[in-house]
Amino acid sequence: MADGPTSEGLVVRLVQQSPIPLDAELRCAPGEILALVGPSGSGKSTILRCIAGLRRAAAGRIAVGDATWFDSATRIDLPAYRRRAGFVFQTYALFPHMPAVDNVAAALGHLAARDRRARARQLLASVHLAGLESRRPAELSGGQQQRVAVARALAREPDVLLLDEPFSAVDQVTRRKLYRELAELRRELRMPVVLVTHDLEEAALLADRMCILHHGRTLQTASPSELLARPADVLVARLVDLKNVHEGTVLEHRPQAGFTMLRALGTTLEARMQPGFAPGARVNWVVPEGSVILHRRDRPSRGEHENPVAGVVTEFVALGENASVRIAPDGATGQLLAMSVPSHVARRNGIATGVRVTVSLLADSIHLMPWHDAMAPDEAP
Amino acid sequence: MDWPALFLSLQLGLGTVLVLLPIGVAIGRLLAYRRFAGRGFVEALLMLPLVLPPTVIGYYLLVAFGAASPLGELWQRLFGHALVFSFDGLLIASVIVNLPFAVQPMQRAFEAIPAEIREAAACCGMAPLRVLGRVELPLAWPGIVTGLVLSFAHTLGEFGVVLMVGGSIPGETRTVAIAIYDRVQAFDEHSAAVMSAALLLLSVSALGLTYALSRRVGRRHG
Repeated sequence: MADGPTSEGLVVRLVQQSPIPLDAELRCAPGEILALVGPSGSGKSTILRCIAGLRRAAAGRIAVGDATWFDSATRIDLPAYRRRAGFVFQTYALFPHMPAVDNVAAALGHLAARDRRARARQLLASVHLAGLESRRPAELSGGQQQRVAVARALAREPDVLLLDEPFSAVDQVTRRKLYRELAELRRELRMPVVLVTHDLEEAALLADRMCILHHGRTLQTASPSELLARPADVLVARLVDLKNVHEGTVLEHRPQAGFTMLRALGTTLEARMQPGFAPGARVNWVVPEGSVILHRRDRPSRGEHENPVAGVVTEFVALGENASVRIAPDGATGQLLAMSVPSHVARRNGIATGVRVTVSLLADSIHLMPWHDAMAPDEAP
Repeated sequence: MDWPALFLSLQLGLGTVLVLLPIGVAIGRLLAYRRFAGRGFVEALLMLPLVLPPTVIGYYLLVAFGAASPLGELWQRLFGHALVFSFDGLLIASVIVNLPFAVQPMQRAFEAIPAEIREAAACCGMAPLRVLGRVELPLAWPGIVTGLVLSFAHTLGEFGVVLMVGGSIPGETRTVAIAIYDRVQAFDEHSAAVMSAALLLLSVSALGLTYALSRRVGRRHG
């Protein structure tokens, strides 16, 4: 990784065996929101706490811009209070004995004492809390407490903003509101922002890039759309909750047509050209649910020549506006295709359990991954 | 009423509390936040004065403070008088005997502060001493006061250790608890009754204050 004073933003490399195994590498540019995503126990909060200096990893390096906060090689380890990191805790961790304004002023130690209150009021106003300055945390709602916590974290003019599941303790309506506020706020933020969440939708909604963690290891970092369309391997695909992870064999590449031919689901499929996989190789592949297209019974269309797969509906669950459908393709035992269709489309096409349907898999969306033995569902996180 | 004895008791109580405040906060905080080898042993050692008969503690302190002991010798050289049968000796003994009364509530009060609150203080850029002053002490003070009040009340009532280490020298080591014993021995029941009532009143007020404060702690973190 690039070292030295030229590195921009936050650069983190952490390695340790115990107590929690870590093998993490991440970067976050100024103004960028990087989401650390992973199941409970994947080490995402630990990494955040290491960045803040609340925990120390056995080895590694943490640098922000020109400043090195931690470097096991040169024995640099700044205490938390000397790292300019704004931290929003999952429980907010507001000082219960101080009114909101003093909670924020407590992080303004770099200003002259007489200027702190005025600046704290300004910060509270910027998170829509004007008028509530003298309330103690216990007298504020969850959403208001979160805003105080954000104002306090920003008060220090931090070089890095760290958010540890900041939306998990509020109800859904408040959460949506806070999402909007963060989206608004981020336009003014010039520092790297690291958001820890176990909520994939939240990460996809708020983050510029997502970093997928598993057992303390950073598996893949990419934009949300990239991650969902092109997971690096089966594990990542499972962790981002992709349903259509299957196995197959590469038959041949057809560079002129732009296809890689794939034997899978008891048929031959055309996939986007992916020459990195040799003909004959066993692979895993994934196709997003949104790229499984239902053929209409009444009116066949041209697109139906693209990877048609026929099968029987084994599961049909209407969930509000959309219905979740699972299909057992003919000639592929034990493998199910998942798709999501608007409920009205499902109704019009008479979709129900036991009904025969034909779908198309969009070739451009079929993504190949290295073969992985851990395909069994119990290996999934 | 043996006024000098009551005055001496109050003096000893206040002195004990003043010395115990920094010691209790330091030990209580250490036991609350630090994990170190032998921590359990230290905690058990601190509790010892609660279970040992006062005469046993008094005996060991007497030996430790005696002119033949290194501490007694050093004291004699530094201050020109013996540690045993003096107010200074009494004060040191009182501090040791009261350690569990002071440390326990203080430790609990520090433990009751969520770790994230202290971490948040560090992330706000506060150095450890500032965290202590701005966050920990303001949140833990009811427990700290409770520890001091308990120590004060217990000092007023301490009998065995005081008698062993201090003897019963009027104006120097005769506290009100010992004066009561003396009065009873001399069949001066009236004086004994008045002084006992005074001690009872002081103790009840102290405990009342303690309970009021612990309710306050409960409310604050509730």
